[in-house]
Amino acid sequence: MKALVTVIGRDKVGIIAGVCARLAESNINILDITQTVLQGYFTMMMIVDLSAATLPFDEIRGSLDAYGETLGVSIRIQRTDTFDAMHQI
Amino acid sequence: MFNTQNALETIRMIDQQHLDVRTVTMGISLRGCADSDPKKSCRKIYDTITRRAESLVKTVEQIEAEFGIPIVNKRISVTPMALVAEASETEDYVPFARAMDEAAKACGVNFIGGFSALVQKGFTEGDRRLIAALPEALAETDIVCASVNVASTRAGINMDAVKLMGETVRAVAERSQDKPCSGCAKFVVFANAVEDNPFMAGAFHGVGEPDCAINVGVSGPGVVHHALQQVRGEPFDVVAETIKKTAFRITRMGQLVAQEAARRLNVPFGIVDLSLAPTPAVGDSVARILEEMGLEVCGTHGTTAALALLNDAVKKGGVMASSQVGGLSGAFIPVSEDEGMIAAAAQGALQIDKLEAMTCVCSVGLDMIAIPGDTPAETISAIIADEAAIGVVNNKTTACRLIPAIGKSVGERVEFGGLLGEAPVMAVHSGKSDAFIRRGGRIPAPLQSLKN
Repeated sequence: MKALVTVIGRDKVGIIAGVCARLAESNINILDITQTVLQGYFTMMMIVDLSAATLPFDEIRGSLDAYGETLGVSIRIQRTDTFDAMHQI
Repeated sequence: MFNTQNALETIRMIDQQHLDVRTVTMGISLRGCADSDPKKSCRKIYDTITRRAESLVKTVEQIEAEFGIPIVNKRISVTPMALVAEASETEDYVPFARAMDEAAKACGVNFIGGFSALVQKGFTEGDRRLIAALPEALAETDIVCASVNVASTRAGINMDAVKLMGETVRAVAERSQDKPCSGCAKFVVFANAVEDNPFMAGAFHGVGEPDCAINVGVSGPGVVHHALQQVRGEPFDVVAETIKKTAFRITRMGQLVAQEAARRLNVPFGIVDLSLAPTPAVGDSVARILEEMGLEVCGTHGTTAALALLNDAVKKGGVMASSQVGGLSGAFIPVSEDEGMIAAAAQGALQIDKLEAMTCVCSVGLDMIAIPGDTPAETISAIIADEAAIGVVNNKTTACRLIPAIGKSVGERVEFGGLLGEAPVMAVHSGKSDAFIRRGGRIPAPLQSLKN
């Protein structure tokens, strides 16, 4: 199962490193990353592969959400099917 | 190739423009629950509903989390209760509503619909008993919704039923006046009711439906409004095209949720209802879409044309996005549930006559309209008759969800809270319709050719 991880918030040191470390802990493979900083606003999108993940989706979501709060950014994870359905015929 | 711009656009739609799936509704047949002993029948009703919908809420919440799509309501619709209860040797149908209420609460859903009777051509004894139970049933239960179908294009209008509905709407309002007439918010009178509607208060699981089905209602007035802000001043061809594209995306999301829910619950996928369902939240209003097209206020001249375009474009965009389309499909105009409609009604720009005209070209009918508390039953019946005539002649579904605001008059407000919002009390005509309604009988089915 593929999912999109979106991280949005104020830029600071170590966001990518921290998020990637969390994902690696659960054996989640990162397939693609794009990241920009616009007027101090950090936006990162990652496509990840959950097929070998060691945690169920709910727990991954919960742990990313909690980690986002400690960093002061919003981290969400959702299956890519949503975007495929809405934007591809 | 994954497009991050598209992903961001979707996230903005969800975060800022109120994009959501309005409801996942599980239709459940209760035809096997008839029993001559009413207690046994109620037990079977409770057991069937709780067995079928046991994991509905949990599964839908799981989908919501995984796909990142808010799914606002989880609901159940059942076989019109008059058909099930009629086999029981009892005059009192209130316990059947209680069984529905208890079962729905045990499943954790928001509403259950189907305390209903279909009387477009005439009443059976069971239909009469169900209608007689409505005021008590709606006051005693919390999440049971009721409906009565009084007319159809093939049968015409049952004017005896229309007369009875005026009296019933008043009785329901009076019986629930302490909870600001909330009984009436859970009661719809239909013409040409559909069997697979996922929306409340009018949902029921029709007799042509399977044992169980998943029906999904989409939403997204905020998304359409936002899209139209980008094409301000452009001709209507562009407006229609923009709405179609937006409706396509919204509906694809609904289709995805519907298929996923059906698969996980191991229940057949029924339909996606292509709807624009507003909420009282700012930025989630159908009225504001009409105003975005260039009207100073919803209800002024041009509103009917704007709504016709909107309704048609939503369907055209949605049809290609879903494998099975059904339900009510179109834009809803529930006055109390739409921030822009509330504002227009409060300043007197939107009146009941204009709303009636708007129902000729949109999804349903006179929905969530508060009328003065002293409106006579015959006048309510006459409003229902007018609305039914529009549905019957135009071969579409129409409905009335009217709220006589007991103790209140024009200009005052009724507050329901939550998704039901608040409604300014609207004026009705003062000329009497008593002799018209007293006639009873049936208005014959209309000719379907020689149309003009």
